[in-house]
Amino acid sequence: MSKPRAILLDPLIDNNPIGLQVLGICSALAVTTKLSTAVVMSLAVLFVMVASSVSVSLLRHLIPGSVRIITQLTIIASMVMIADQVLTAYLYEISLQLTVFIGLIITNCIIMGRCEAFAMQNRPWPSFLDAVGNAGGYALVLLVVAATRELFGSGRLFGMVVLPTVSEGGWYQPNGLMTLAPAAFILIGCFIWVVRAWRPEQVEEEFHVGALLEPGYEGDLR
Amino acid sequence: MEHSVRHTILFTAALCVVFSMLVSAVAVGLHDRQLENKRLDRIRNVLGVAGLSEPGENLSREELLARFESGLEAQLVELRSGGIVEGADALGFDQRKAVRDPELSRVAPPNRAKVRRVPHHGLVYLIKEQGQTRGVVVPIEGHGLWSTLYGYLALDIDARTVRGVTFYNHRETPGLGGEVDNPNWKALWPGRLAFNQRFDPVLRVKKGRAGPPETDPYQVDGLSGATITSNGVTNMLEFWLGPSGFGPYLAEFRKREL
Repeated sequence: MSKPRAILLDPLIDNNPIGLQVLGICSALAVTTKLSTAVVMSLAVLFVMVASSVSVSLLRHLIPGSVRIITQLTIIASMVMIADQVLTAYLYEISLQLTVFIGLIITNCIIMGRCEAFAMQNRPWPSFLDAVGNAGGYALVLLVVAATRELFGSGRLFGMVVLPTVSEGGWYQPNGLMTLAPAAFILIGCFIWVVRAWRPEQVEEEFHVGALLEPGYEGDLR
Repeated sequence: MEHSVRHTILFTAALCVVFSMLVSAVAVGLHDRQLENKRLDRIRNVLGVAGLSEPGENLSREELLARFESGLEAQLVELRSGGIVEGADALGFDQRKAVRDPELSRVAPPNRAKVRRVPHHGLVYLIKEQGQTRGVVVPIEGHGLWSTLYGYLALDIDARTVRGVTFYNHRETPGLGGEVDNPNWKALWPGRLAFNQRFDPVLRVKKGRAGPPETDPYQVDGLSGATITSNGVTNMLEFWLGPSGFGPYLAEFRKREL
């Protein structure tokens, strides 16, 4: 695989920010009861991630090391506010449903992680690809979880009835658990399980506390 | 890379100026559009609760405004006396702003809806048909499980029979308390009675199922798995239809229209 392609595609499965690094799951719990909110959230994260990674990358030689984290945060926060303003102006109903979670993109560790780990050291074009790739990896998990939750929780996809529910005169008894936050935890767990069964190299080294005491322990202490 | 202190200060200052200007420019540029969205959303909700649009009906901006123009009349009301404030800019009234202003609101008497301050005024909508008043829409709000629910209650010309109810802003659990905006549940409301013979606000959301409106007019089915949200709805009806809310206005309305 050529390098730019690897930067773009790696975060989808092989280095998925939610699946492998288990970052950014707080918002993945909150906005995945419906596909429409998950799609808008994914687009907002894509925009914020791309805009901040490219800005950080352009400024990387000017950003003083001592204030680099707060600089990244300022840039990310500005992009989030812009995304929020645009949503309330153009997608008002969905913005009502997303409410605080757009604002909370600021605290999404994936975005700051990519700025700090990648954009600070790389030129704008690779940073752009890295941001798109990671936002794509985030979106992939969000959409899988949201599709499952909406289908089994309310018998719909994008608000269209797929499984007619009992309360609306159909046959499907919706699974109430799917509409609650714990379902997202369980589904993300299943996602990680499936990916790691398929790509066993993602499985972390078996770790037990006793290993710390053993002489010669060189495992990864995360 | 090492940078001097001077560079660090200048850089941070420039960064702040540039990005705050960017954010301000976007906010100012989109402001009118956002206000318009809020206004249309309010109109959409009032039309829905008044029965002037079908649930799920997708209306364009022009259709919304045309229906609003022909079917509704906004009135600013003084809550304590129940009188109408003539010549006021009723649609410019913002209840959420008013309760934050000590000049425009007062501390609410102890109540179960957890309303802290009541505004001196309220915005109601008369439902009109060929120039004739057919009913009235009053705003309601109160605490559920997680959040404050904001909604409207529409009453018929007797200011007693429910025409409809809607909640346009809440953060209750989707699938449980969030079912307050399920059209099937809202369809249980029309025909119930908000007040008893002596005009006390008695309509409540009960636990379990209520009978049809003809035999069980003062109760509505509870939301299963959402007792606290259901009680919240009962409490907000009690407060906003009571003496501190729109009770005096609705009494005047009955006198005037019947």
